[in-house]
Amino acid sequence: MPLITYREAIKQALAEEIERDENVCIIGEEVAEYNGAYKVTEGLWNRYGDKRLIDAPISEAAFSGLAIGASALCIRPVVEMMFMSFSYVAIDQLFNNASFCRYMSGGLMNIPIVVRGPANGGTNVGATHSHTPENMVANHPGLKVVCPSNAYDAKGLMKAAIRDNDPVFVMENTILYGEKWEVPEEEYIVELGVANVLKEGTDLTIVSHGRCAIISLQAAQKLEEDYDLSVEVIDLRSIRPLDEATILKSVKKTNRVVLVEENKPFCGVDAQISHLIQFKAFDYLDAPVHRVSAIDAPQIYAKPLEDWQIPNEERIIEKVLECIG
Amino acid sequence: MATTKKKTAKSAKPASKKSQRFKDAPINAKLTKDEKLDLYRMVLGIRRFEERSLQAYNQGKIGGFLHLYIGQEAIATGIVSLMEENDHIITAYRDHGHALAVGMSMNECMAEMYGKYTGCSKGKGGSMHFFAPDKNYWGGHGIVAGQTPLGAGLAFGLKYKGLKGCALCFLGDGAVNQGAFLETLNLAALWDLPVIFVIENNGYSMGTSLERSSAQQNLAHRGDGFGIEWEVCDGHDVFEVREVANRAMVRAREEMKPFILEIRTYRYRGHSVADANHMKYRTKEEIEEYKKTKDPINVLKEQLLKDGTLTDELAQQMNREVKLEAEASVKFAEDSPYAPKSEIQTDVYWEVDNDTEGKLKGTYFFND
Repeated sequence: MPLITYREAIKQALAEEIERDENVCIIGEEVAEYNGAYKVTEGLWNRYGDKRLIDAPISEAAFSGLAIGASALCIRPVVEMMFMSFSYVAIDQLFNNASFCRYMSGGLMNIPIVVRGPANGGTNVGATHSHTPENMVANHPGLKVVCPSNAYDAKGLMKAAIRDNDPVFVMENTILYGEKWEVPEEEYIVELGVANVLKEGTDLTIVSHGRCAIISLQAAQKLEEDYDLSVEVIDLRSIRPLDEATILKSVKKTNRVVLVEENKPFCGVDAQISHLIQFKAFDYLDAPVHRVSAIDAPQIYAKPLEDWQIPNEERIIEKVLECIG
Repeated sequence: MATTKKKTAKSAKPASKKSQRFKDAPINAKLTKDEKLDLYRMVLGIRRFEERSLQAYNQGKIGGFLHLYIGQEAIATGIVSLMEENDHIITAYRDHGHALAVGMSMNECMAEMYGKYTGCSKGKGGSMHFFAPDKNYWGGHGIVAGQTPLGAGLAFGLKYKGLKGCALCFLGDGAVNQGAFLETLNLAALWDLPVIFVIENNGYSMGTSLERSSAQQNLAHRGDGFGIEWEVCDGHDVFEVREVANRAMVRAREEMKPFILEIRTYRYRGHSVADANHMKYRTKEEIEEYKKTKDPINVLKEQLLKDGTLTDELAQQMNREVKLEAEASVKFAEDSPYAPKSEIQTDVYWEVDNDTEGKLKGTYFFND
């Protein structure tokens, strides 16, 4: 199986879907002639031209809303946010119009758009460019959100998102763009709502998503080597819909759980998952649900401090040991 | 404190040379007698429907907000009457007139205001959120100017698909100061989108007069900043609205260009019925003057009486008919059930609603 980057995997997904469906187009800042701010769309404009790759001015509210309006006429726009942080200036469009038009029309409309872009910290760019708003998106019934942690998932989830008839946010990660994974050459889809067990274990479960799932896996391997602990690692992949069954099955097996995410803790995704576990697996727990989140402050600029602020191996290991007691 | 200039409606003679010129314009001259009567029935129907909804609201039978279109009826009526197969329409929350004009029934609209299952949105949207995609009517949007990028998107969709049509994006004078609208003007011009922004300028953004909310009160002139052509007209004469809008629509369809049409109009009621202050920011005389000289129903009636299309008896008969229709819509709404509680979680996700084979994975709703 060829090794390709996370970036290349997304590009392949976009290219394949552009070729499959004439109504798929990509709209965003610098996506066409500039080849993408993070080069995710590199070469696509040369291949598919102005109609399918559309450079937008810096007007996130307008081009997000335009995508929603166009979707009414069966266009399936993939909207790139250069950073998911920039979606904040389009909140009315995304969190009112994309999420609620179907409901407020009594089901007469649906909004088949994708909003994609990096949503991560750890890049030394300060608070305004480091948001992880998957929790905010998931708080809006009508929206779906996925957080691929590797190239295989990034490609498969992106293709599923584009074919989905509801608005789907795909939260990417700039730190992962250059990382390589094995991705099959034949076509495949990763369905929304299916978690991935990255590593099986018996002593404790880590539930995570996005890049934190990768870090959690590394921490689990170290815990096995250094402490002889068998840690199961679940990568959610999809936040809404959420694979509750896989989480509960694992917790019922290991009886201990640590939730790891890059979100800030208050009403983060893991606050919901923590509730789920205490409500549906209370009797199976041998310890309180523990969490590792970003340290609760605006994202700090200074690199060494930011590396400590977001979950890292050391903080995860510390929390797992605390939970094991 | 800023001083408030009270806008006084200029008196206009119903059968002035100007109105005759519009009435004689080719787009209006070709109207059949029945088509002219349909226009009259529509302005009348919108008025009677809203008057009846106001009554129900005051009786506490309709909740939420009620933004009445009374005084502005000729605009939606005139413009919608020009729509062709590939033309689309979207508006803000003062949306009842546009809904009836595209052919939505009084029953489904009244029931929606009552929050009933038989409403156009099953009682999930309310007064501000009427939709009829089968009639190219895309809402009904509650956030000021929030619909404007969608309007450009409809035009984008037409252009993308190579369809010859235009998108009619209605907004109020209060919406012109929202960033989303200004961003949208730039996109529409930059990408040559066939969208017509119809600014229904009723002089007040809620309780704030135009003079107190817009630094430059010729709202259509904002198009100049984006190279968008514009025109200003009065909104009380359905023939004037049709003549001016038709030129804009033909141009949008033929040349794939955006256009701004500012239509000067007036609302008799407050911003919403809850706007108890609407007699404080304007005078009673101002309202009465407009009603006396520019009421869209009276203006059209005069014209149709004059050209022999209408008689007093026919006018009275039509009035009775639309009143009965409005009254029947109230009965329909009152007799209709609310949606069952299970409907709270339908129409959220298309994929869930259409998952007939139960193949979807994961949890979509998070109730304990």
